[in-house]
Amino acid sequence: MNLEITTALATAAVAMAVPLLYAALGELLAEKAGIINIGLEGFLLLGAFSAFAIAHASGSNSAAVLATLLLGGLWGLCFAYFVVTRGANQIVVGTALNLFAVGLTGILYRAQFGVTGSALSIRPTPPLEIPVLANLPIVGRALFSQTLLGYGCMILVPVIAFVLMRTRTGLELRMTGEDPRAAAIQGVDVRRIRISALVVCGILCAAGGSFLAIDYTHTFVEGMSSGRGFIALAIVIVGRRHPYGVLGAALFFGFATALQFHFQALAFDVPFQFFLILPYVATLVVLAFNAGNTNAPAALGK
Amino acid sequence: MKSRAITSVLAAAAGLLAGALVILLTGGDPIAAYTALAYGAMGSGYGWSEVAVKSCPLIVTGLAVALAFRAGLWNIGAEGQLVGGAVLAVFFATRTPHLPSIIGVPATLLAAATGGALIAGIAAILKLERGVDEVISTIMLNFIVLGVVGYLVHGPLMESSGNYPQSDALPTFARLPRLFSGYRVHVGLAGALALVPATAFVLYRTRFGYVIRATGSNPIATKIAGFAVDRCILATFVASGALAGLAGGMEVASVTYRMYDNFSPGYGYTAIAVAILGRLDPWGVLAAALMFGVLEAGSASMQRVAGVSAVLVSLIQACVIFALAAFEYQRASDRGGP
Repeated sequence: MNLEITTALATAAVAMAVPLLYAALGELLAEKAGIINIGLEGFLLLGAFSAFAIAHASGSNSAAVLATLLLGGLWGLCFAYFVVTRGANQIVVGTALNLFAVGLTGILYRAQFGVTGSALSIRPTPPLEIPVLANLPIVGRALFSQTLLGYGCMILVPVIAFVLMRTRTGLELRMTGEDPRAAAIQGVDVRRIRISALVVCGILCAAGGSFLAIDYTHTFVEGMSSGRGFIALAIVIVGRRHPYGVLGAALFFGFATALQFHFQALAFDVPFQFFLILPYVATLVVLAFNAGNTNAPAALGK
Repeated sequence: MKSRAITSVLAAAAGLLAGALVILLTGGDPIAAYTALAYGAMGSGYGWSEVAVKSCPLIVTGLAVALAFRAGLWNIGAEGQLVGGAVLAVFFATRTPHLPSIIGVPATLLAAATGGALIAGIAAILKLERGVDEVISTIMLNFIVLGVVGYLVHGPLMESSGNYPQSDALPTFARLPRLFSGYRVHVGLAGALALVPATAFVLYRTRFGYVIRATGSNPIATKIAGFAVDRCILATFVASGALAGLAGGMEVASVTYRMYDNFSPGYGYTAIAVAILGRLDPWGVLAAALMFGVLEAGSASMQRVAGVSAVLVSLIQACVIFALAAFEYQRASDRGGP
């Protein structure tokens, strides 16, 4: 395997991993608070559309990302209204959210940009190169020539690990997920914790969607989240619900997805669908052989 | 029961209203759009035939989802079970020597039901033996099935002429006959309609149905009362998967005749909306499936005549569920069916 292909593969793997990592970190926080959000896919799609549409209208990518993050918080708040305030079933609302995102983004896209078929594109955000490091072989371009959103999720991993394990907020969050009643008796405001976790989840998914539309594809295509939200669900499980585990799993699945595009160049004799289903098979294997030890909060989904 | 039906009707109205609002905000004319939709679906014999064609898979998968949810099993995998059923039906029908239709059609549908049941069975066994949450396992299985089917139609199952990534067409002996020439409505409609009272009978009039409902409301109490809860979970999951697989078999044996990528336009996910709007009751599922069938069948003419994208239907379906969630206060711990 030559150096050029390896570098391209590493760069693609990290680029594929970024949106997955954002969504998975958001899901991690929600799940630690006891909420399972299967609407990640919808959140990503809404984020990608809003980032694209605002960037296209305003001409400013950073304004688009900021506005999208705000909107993401709002979507998270809507989800929280149904599942926390109204006590609606999390699975049902998550499913509806995915349908909603497909419908809304489809209609707005066609109303705004027509069905011309010619893909509209936006100006890419220039990457911020870190001198010297960006020239490292193989990983240089992948890790040290990223956009702010790309660096953002790398920094978020240790930050979230610290908040979860070393701060009072993190403790309250984990208590809420394990046993909301006991947490409430200890004086934890369970509702506030859960609502906040879902708002942060919405913001992180919005960041992932923004990266996908603005930094990675520079355009919007209907349904462009293409299952990433569900892979993120898988990543949270395979990563054992730990921020560093999630990082590892996101990179691994990002790599598997990137391989799918490069497998011809590598002359592998493996059908590309194998890479497509890898995350899902891995998740079932992890669950089947480690179900007792996946660090699932006791009150998850309840 | 009655107040639940009224809530559902209100939620359906709220969903349509939300759709109208979005049309208005995007500069369209909601009245023109809905008129075109209603006319396209219900203004002609052809329209009604299409409503039946779209409703069939929704009725059967809706029943599949409702049955599982009633037992407190969150089977999100109807999509994968439907596709898995369809692919096994195609395998059987294109690989088997010529049969008379009277055997060929039931055998093809049986193969489909088996396919769905097998896939659901994996989730059931993972749950019972390894404690794996069925929400996650069924979602994962959906994507695994889609990937495997993608591989099959590009490889071993690809048509013999090798032009397109699709299976050979089903031989005529495996196809469900159409009811009227020139219309796509097929005898599967009668089957789907018959499954509604059949499911209601099982759910409300048999011991199995009683255990399903008891398990759904309180599995621990049901176990203590001496019922075989684990066996009920396995049987319900397999029955749910068999229904979803059957829906896929009916679709491939009467509408598409072939297997290809994106075979299902998300019937298995819409089925969740159907089951929820139908309040997990077989007759409610029928009503909800017909409503969504009208929306799906009329959406093409809405797009053509009024220029409103057909994906509006997904938005309406989602808003119906949101409205139900907002109308009805439910304890969060109350995860089972009623």
